[in-house]
Amino acid sequence: MQAYFPLFTAIPLAMAFINLLVTKVNKKVTDFLAFLAMASLASMAVMMLFESPFSYQVGGWAPPIGILLVSDGLSSVMLVIINVIGLLSMIYSTKYMTTYTAKPKFYTLFLLMIAGMNGVVITGDMFNLYVFLEIASIASYALVGFGCEKDELEASFKYLILGGVASTAVLFGIAFLYSMTGTLNMPDLAVKIPEIGHNHAMGFVMALFIMGFGLKASSVPFHAWLPDAHPSAPAPISAMLSGVLIKALGIYAIARIMFNIFGSDTMVSSILMFLGALSMLVGVFLAVGQHDFKRMLAYHSISQMGYVMMGLGLGLNPNVPPALAALALFGGLFHMVNHAVFKSCLFLCAGAFEYRTGTKDKTEMGGLIRRMPFTSATCSIASLSISGVPPFNGFWSKLIIIVAFMKAGYTVYGILAILVAFMTMISFIRLQMNVIFGKLPEKFAKIKEVPFAMVLPLVILATLCLAIGVFYPLVDQNLIEAAKDALLDKAQYISFLGR
Amino acid sequence: MILYFLALVLFVMGLYCLVAKKNIIKKIIGIVITEYSINLFLVLVGWRKGGIAPILLKGMQKSEIVEKGVDPLPQALVLTSIVIGLGVLALMVSICLRLYEKYKTFDMSEINRLRG
Amino acid sequence: MDKMEKYIRDGKSGMTPIVKTVVRFVMGIIFIFGAYVVLYGHLTPGGGFAGGVILACGFIILTLAFGKGLALSKFSDKWASIIDNSAALIFLTIGFIGFSGGYFFMNILGKGKEFALFSAGTIPLCNIAIGLKVTASVFAVFLTLSIFGRFVSKLVDDYEDDTEKE
Repeated sequence: MQAYFPLFTAIPLAMAFINLLVTKVNKKVTDFLAFLAMASLASMAVMMLFESPFSYQVGGWAPPIGILLVSDGLSSVMLVIINVIGLLSMIYSTKYMTTYTAKPKFYTLFLLMIAGMNGVVITGDMFNLYVFLEIASIASYALVGFGCEKDELEASFKYLILGGVASTAVLFGIAFLYSMTGTLNMPDLAVKIPEIGHNHAMGFVMALFIMGFGLKASSVPFHAWLPDAHPSAPAPISAMLSGVLIKALGIYAIARIMFNIFGSDTMVSSILMFLGALSMLVGVFLAVGQHDFKRMLAYHSISQMGYVMMGLGLGLNPNVPPALAALALFGGLFHMVNHAVFKSCLFLCAGAFEYRTGTKDKTEMGGLIRRMPFTSATCSIASLSISGVPPFNGFWSKLIIIVAFMKAGYTVYGILAILVAFMTMISFIRLQMNVIFGKLPEKFAKIKEVPFAMVLPLVILATLCLAIGVFYPLVDQNLIEAAKDALLDKAQYISFLGR
Repeated sequence: MILYFLALVLFVMGLYCLVAKKNIIKKIIGIVITEYSINLFLVLVGWRKGGIAPILLKGMQKSEIVEKGVDPLPQALVLTSIVIGLGVLALMVSICLRLYEKYKTFDMSEINRLRG
Repeated sequence: MDKMEKYIRDGKSGMTPIVKTVVRFVMGIIFIFGAYVVLYGHLTPGGGFAGGVILACGFIILTLAFGKGLALSKFSDKWASIIDNSAALIFLTIGFIGFSGGYFFMNILGKGKEFALFSAGTIPLCNIAIGLKVTASVFAVFLTLSIFGRFVSKLVDDYEDDTEKE
């Protein structure tokens, strides 16, 4: 596997262009080609879990000069999230996207987005990160506006403007870093930044990065685009955006840069914790009043990302005991994985309900468990999971974050986290009452269950929700532990330079 | 130093244009101005007084480049960022045309179906 | 060249005969210059992107001066799309060939002598692929936004209607 590491970006890129060429002749093979690419990527990503950390020099150039690709615990976990959920969304869209035109173009954009996200998580070079960030972002702007109706175009334009500002901020930060250190290699930066020490310019760079990547992760002062963009996109894309994109471009980049390059810092830590708590509260309060199913889920994404940010923030704090910081970081990363699973499941469920009933308004639905048993059951499991009911996966990660905050003495944040968990539960109980249980409206008396290609991803994701929760000590602990160690062990990251 | 300051002024002007103007075409121009200010900044990072272009021509000693040449890396970065900017610009303009087709206006304050 | 004469005399599409005649003389020079910038990208300033943009501008000038008929008969949107995609694939293939040397994008060809046209291994090939890709995609963007934007002609009409009302 090590020798073919760049294939994670090369396969989706190649298949995106092959897809466009082949479908000029035959439009029917496009499903097959996209499935081939995603299936091979997903299996490669699972194989990567068994590799020990290594680095790869593109073109054979030695690290400080050439582009370095890095694989460690965190990258492997991110690769698995991206490619497995990408595969499931792709299987789902074989049926769902028949309601839209131009399916081959959809798959091309989809694969470009996957290529960009894979690139972001495997790269060890600052500018390369920016380039892949832009590839993924541009593909996602186009995908949000894929329907070409009034709402989609408006959401896409808002997302484009704000995303453009974020990218500019990131590039500005990278230019500043280069002017100070004279290198773009991330392990090399990790060596050179402590030599310079803290000055005003470094603070400015951190502020730019928190603004840029925070906008991509939609933490609260920068969240305005998300509630428009995520509901307007086609359902599999909503699942990819909410489940994967905001993590790969936002949270992963913040974690990698703040932990591995800058190192722990009191100010950044308190900023991240504050932004996280704010996102949690604002997101959940705005979510409660929503009628639109997908819009409500989008606000919950903001709120759940708040938990992850808070976990990362406490993990960065040098003043708490290292064991507690590690625990909070573990909780944050674990919640990130869990959120990817249950939020993509919920968005796919929303898409399945919309596919049959033709509406996104949850007050118009009702009693759908009698007509669509599989979709309703999976939606129910994912809802229980996001509201933190044991033994589903959301419970464990929220518990770990809350315990870490209580023990570290940040009682206010801990109580806020409990409050938000409670409000999330209320919101999702109302959703269940509106959509799944209750009275079946007359007009939906004849609808059927969605096709098999759409049920299969839902069932797999719901099973994962349960499995990650029940077998949590056996499987996940090792994976997340490796990811956490990769972030906390700065020396290991620097050692990628020498190999 | 004054040049760095001018790049910052350009950046702020672009941001102002982005925030204050309601016409979506003007917003696009704002984005492009911010992008170009960053490009200018990147070129300035590599600049040095009395520097020459970092290209080896016939009859030139390699040591001459090492002594006098400006840093080539920021220039490569600027080129990449210009290419990305071109892609984003094309997408923005096409979305803008589509928006006009649907809403019959370029005024962002009238394009407000999504809110809350 | 009879065909070109006919296009120049044709008063319906494109601009005036003066512009057409000048463009006819300049065209060749623009294309040669674009090709030079692409091919010598590894020796002099320029490269795939700059040369590709020059080539695409050649086609754009052709479209502007002669109207869409001539430009589309020389370089249609379908071919623009095909060349766009295949050039990207050629670039990736060069990267994949690098695996035979051990690394992705490894420069496995001989480096040659300094300042020679055939030197620097795979870099000129990459430049040619990028040049093709940029030519095709910039021209395709131009076509999409101007000629095939079926809404653009409508857009101008609407705008004129609006101004008349005011």
